Amino acid sequence: MTGRMSAANRASDPDMSLAPQTARNQPPLAEADRRLLAAIQDGLPLVARPFAEIGARIGLAEAEVITRLEHLKQAGIIRRFGVVVRHHEVGYGANAMVVWDVPDEQVRELGRCLAEFDFITLCYRRPRHLPQWRYNLYCMIHGKSREDVHAHLEWMVNHCGLQSLPHEVLFSRRRFKQRGAAYFIEPPVAGEAREG
Amino acid sequence: MQTNVAVLNNLERRLLNDYQHNFPLSPTPYADIARELGVSEAEVLDVLARLRQQGAVSRVGAVVRPNTVGVSTLAAMAVPPESLERVAALVSACAEVNHNYEREHRLNLWFVANAPDAPRLQAVLDDIAARSGYEVLSFPLLEDYHIDLGFDLKF
Repeated sequence: MTGRMSAANRASDPDMSLAPQTARNQPPLAEADRRLLAAIQDGLPLVARPFAEIGARIGLAEAEVITRLEHLKQAGIIRRFGVVVRHHEVGYGANAMVVWDVPDEQVRELGRCLAEFDFITLCYRRPRHLPQWRYNLYCMIHGKSREDVHAHLEWMVNHCGLQSLPHEVLFSRRRFKQRGAAYFIEPPVAGEAREG
Repeated sequence: MQTNVAVLNNLERRLLNDYQHNFPLSPTPYADIARELGVSEAEVLDVLARLRQQGAVSRVGAVVRPNTVGVSTLAAMAVPPESLERVAALVSACAEVNHNYEREHRLNLWFVANAPDAPRLQAVLDDIAARSGYEVLSFPLLEDYHIDLGFDLKF
């Protein structure tokens, strides 16, 4: 552990009273959109007309599949659509989850600062779990080596002014499982709910 | 499996790097990509299938905003080294778990679980705690600061 005990001694953690981000006024997804997202969770088939094939599985026309995906993208529900790369397999062998103990009033500003770096793939605020866990800001750094990750980290710390904030670096040691989220475990969508 | 990046050819590199977010939402996306890259549709399909089989490509598909469909959380456990294999296998075997890593910390097992709703998610975590004999700490997402533009591979 590094840094001083700046924010750890709070009796109660105001984070815990926050509703998760997603609870905010989001209309429920249309049933057809849910089925569509479930049907593509293992990826688009590698065939000439992939959207037609997906549509055939769930009873939608090819054009409707495409229109719905475009809308989901515009609405930000699909954050990106395309080739999903496994970093480890393409030369980025080191990844670390870096966690920070940030005063609550600064979390958003610092989170946005960290999120701008191109070697960061995730940047989230999460609740503390006192006394076991004091950290409330998480980011994932990918690098070609541990040295690479440490260099990125030092750059970020200086750029965002994080020198005085307690943090820890949790390198991954072994990957036991990695795949896209399985959204629907119960409705077996045309027998496609297998592991990726 | 580790792809030997040094031997990736130009087509492989472009498919890995250039279509992380500009994938055509058209009836014939692979033919469109082939036209942009000056190769045949069959080559694009072959290379993507091979990269997927090698593990470099997880899938061609959607990265969905967290907690849009169902709910998810990041969970952590402190597991003694001699029990780690057993507990990790137990966690990975849950259909609701999609990522599961050993990390260098006292809290050494970190996983992401998804479920259709909060009670179901809690039941998954409770079940893992009961069957493993170790406490499960849950850290659900409160705010997301990252705009996912893919990852520039800098070959």
